[in-house]
Amino acid sequence: MRDALGIGLAVGVSGVAFGTASVAAGLTVAQTCALSLLAFTGASQFALIGVVAGGGNVIAGAAGALLLGARNTLYGLRLADVLGWRGARRGLAAHGVIDETAAASFAQRTPAEARTAFTATFAALFVFWNATTLAGALATERVGDTSAFGLDAVGPAIFLALLWSRLREGRRTRLVAGAGAVVALAGVPVLPPGVPVLIAAAAALIGPGPEAPEAPQASAGAPADAPGTDHGGDGAGGGTGDGADTGVRP
Amino acid sequence: MTLWIAIAVTAVGCYALKFAGLAAPRRLLDHPAVRRFAMTVPVALLAALVAVQTFSDGGAALTADTARLAGVAAAAAALLLRAPFLVVVAAAAGTTAALRALGIG
Repeated sequence: MRDALGIGLAVGVSGVAFGTASVAAGLTVAQTCALSLLAFTGASQFALIGVVAGGGNVIAGAAGALLLGARNTLYGLRLADVLGWRGARRGLAAHGVIDETAAASFAQRTPAEARTAFTATFAALFVFWNATTLAGALATERVGDTSAFGLDAVGPAIFLALLWSRLREGRRTRLVAGAGAVVALAGVPVLPPGVPVLIAAAAALIGPGPEAPEAPQASAGAPADAPGTDHGGDGAGGGTGDGADTGVRP
Repeated sequence: MTLWIAIAVTAVGCYALKFAGLAAPRRLLDHPAVRRFAMTVPVALLAALVAVQTFSDGGAALTADTARLAGVAAAAAALLLRAPFLVVVAAAAGTTAALRALGIG
């Protein structure tokens, strides 16, 4: 429970950042809050407003947001066994399947503990993320020009924080990250805004890589899948909390 | 209006993706290629987002805003020092804001 509150606070910071960045990008306060309430996955939300800020194709922005949101499907696949919920309960729980709740659940020893951790983390994050989104959005609406606050550096900083723990996984991951960045930058001058980031996904196809070492790691579980999540031990990686997701993310 | 549509698509799509995981047959994860690609896509996307949002204002031109570059570099430094998330974000915004206050970037 205390862990859930800690994660909630960290995510709240990203919530303020999202609220401010979103209104600065040209969304209304209502649109900003609707995204946090209904999409509830920070990295995707930041990706969408990033495209809007540049006056880009919002369809490309939405597509990028969905590609980023696809990792939540992976969390769900693994959480399904742990939670074991059906019907309406499963429908409600699905909304909370994000980096932080997945990591908190996988860190528990028994299914009962995992269910408690999931519920507590989901509740805390949902409240903090939405409240801080609203606060950030309202504040920015009053201030107007926010460039003096350096908020345009917050988006990339959050994405970098989410990426950071994954970069330690190995050479192939770093190669994919480097290729993704290069492909996207090369596309900026020639493609509509939002599209360069989409085509960068192709970088994930790079190389067969060391299949053998990776497989066991993947099956081992949660930590690898939860970029940016921090519960307990890993200060650096975790903190990043995917606020993006939520924090940045839920 | 278009913006609301994009928001609706994002919201519905993100929920569907989450729900699909909870409801799908678990053996989907047993395909190593599927799993690997799905695990790696976020890495490529996040790196692309960092690059694009650092080196452009969202439009079709690559830009090098000194204050913003310094802010992102400060975030990287904070991450290297294993700083908590809050500090990383504060370092980025604080550095960029400070440089702008000094008339740089």
